[in-house]
Amino acid sequence: MTEEIIIAGFGGQGVLSMGKILAYSGIMQNKEVSWMPSYGPEMRGGTANVTVILSDERISSPILNEYDTAIILNQQSMDKFEKTVKPGGALLYDPNGISHHPQRKDIHIYQVEAVAKATEMGNTKIFNMIVLGAYLKIKPMVKMENVIKGLKKSLPVRHHKLIPLNEAAVNKGMESVNEIK
Amino acid sequence: MERDFRLMKGNEAIAEAAIRAGADAYYGYPITPQSEIIEYLMAEKAYDRTGMVVLQAESEIAAINMVYGAAACGRRAMTSSSSPGISLKQEGISYIAGAELPCLIVNVVRGGPGLGTIQPSQSDYFQSTKGGGHGDYRLLVLAPASVQESSDFVELAFDLAFKYRNPVLILSDGVIGQMMEKVELKPQRKRLTEYENWSTTGKTPDRQRNIITSLELDAHKQELINIRIQAKYKRMQEEEVRYEKILCDDAEYMIVAFGSSARICEKAVHVARGKGIKVGLFRPITLFPYPSKPIEEMADKLKGILTVEMNAGQMVEDVRLAVNGKVKVEYFGRLGGVIPSPSEVLNALEEKIIGGK
Repeated sequence: MTEEIIIAGFGGQGVLSMGKILAYSGIMQNKEVSWMPSYGPEMRGGTANVTVILSDERISSPILNEYDTAIILNQQSMDKFEKTVKPGGALLYDPNGISHHPQRKDIHIYQVEAVAKATEMGNTKIFNMIVLGAYLKIKPMVKMENVIKGLKKSLPVRHHKLIPLNEAAVNKGMESVNEIK
Repeated sequence: MERDFRLMKGNEAIAEAAIRAGADAYYGYPITPQSEIIEYLMAEKAYDRTGMVVLQAESEIAAINMVYGAAACGRRAMTSSSSPGISLKQEGISYIAGAELPCLIVNVVRGGPGLGTIQPSQSDYFQSTKGGGHGDYRLLVLAPASVQESSDFVELAFDLAFKYRNPVLILSDGVIGQMMEKVELKPQRKRLTEYENWSTTGKTPDRQRNIITSLELDAHKQELINIRIQAKYKRMQEEEVRYEKILCDDAEYMIVAFGSSARICEKAVHVARGKGIKVGLFRPITLFPYPSKPIEEMADKLKGILTVEMNAGQMVEDVRLAVNGKVKVEYFGRLGGVIPSPSEVLNALEEKIIGGK
């Protein structure tokens, strides 16, 4: 089984690190993984996206033109990536800051109010982990224990005290996601 | 023992592999998209781990000449850069090839010409495989297509460099260098403690002094040196050709691509197979020596070959030479740092090879 994901939003939202944690979690679950960022002379506030692939087989191209799942966190990314979801695939987004909501009828569309939930939890930095939780609810590609192992591997040791907070954020995301009919 | 897998960028994997391969020295100067190599070596405190020297030189030219010096002393020395920086190093590379010294050079290619872009490209194929600097010389060129190969090829490159007393180039690009994949690292190898008998480690009473130079004023002697060097390249062509074939056994069509392009083409091949198109992928791993014979052996069975390169069509010349007119060879590519998508590759295959006459 192969899952091809694009995660897209603003630079500084934690798009790349969320992809990295997902990829590391995949390794902990004995999967093949790739993490390919769009890169260029970009900065905080610009757009950032990363292609993450989790697979039970050897991964061919780390760069794709269509995806099983698109995780979309700003309007520019919605405009660019809604059309790249494979028919029958999934689109997950945070409605915060989105003026033109997705229109496609041939894909599953999910919402998670991650910005709002992160604010409720008193820490906007865990926004990306709430989104990750929402994703894992829709597509249970990796087990929670492997997400924690992935966090341990990708966070510097001095930040390991934040792992319980991150775990809570993933759980919050799992319970906050809704499919839009 | 549980296997130790890490998630690393291609650039980081090269740096970690250099420490583990027992490299004695890295000299470099930062340039995107390969600066993670020197950043990683510094952050990892390579000197504390193995005694490996990591030095940011004042320029690319200084760095390659430091490599020249360290290599002359029989040490495992390396440098890395990206396209414009590699151009600056060409004089030094030619001298190292002329002096017949081993070293590792890494080029994480970006779009050119000139300063170009910082995005991935394969436009340094000619420069890498046909000499690059002045004089009749070749580098042995390895083209990794994954983070795992980026790691594995470092130790291999040092060993081949010493086997042939010739510089070895790892030709990566912004995709392979910047993406992260699962990688299993090799165990730590010891640095050299004894040096080859040609190295300039100080004269001992039992032998003549060793002289390392690329200068010879007598043309007849220089010709003999050149003949010896050329014989070495011929031996590489006989012994060191490396490649990978994917779904080529029953193929009617074949895509030839290396490095990151090969990854994109592998996807295109799987999609094409799903549509019933019998296409395979041939991936050269050594770009010099080029796998001409294995490609030629395929030619009779094929209806057409497409090369896919992130340049204006450079490797296509080597494929055409290999098949020598036996089968149609066309090229598809994107330029300047633009990466082709798997669907673009498939469209090109259908238009230029399958549909085209």
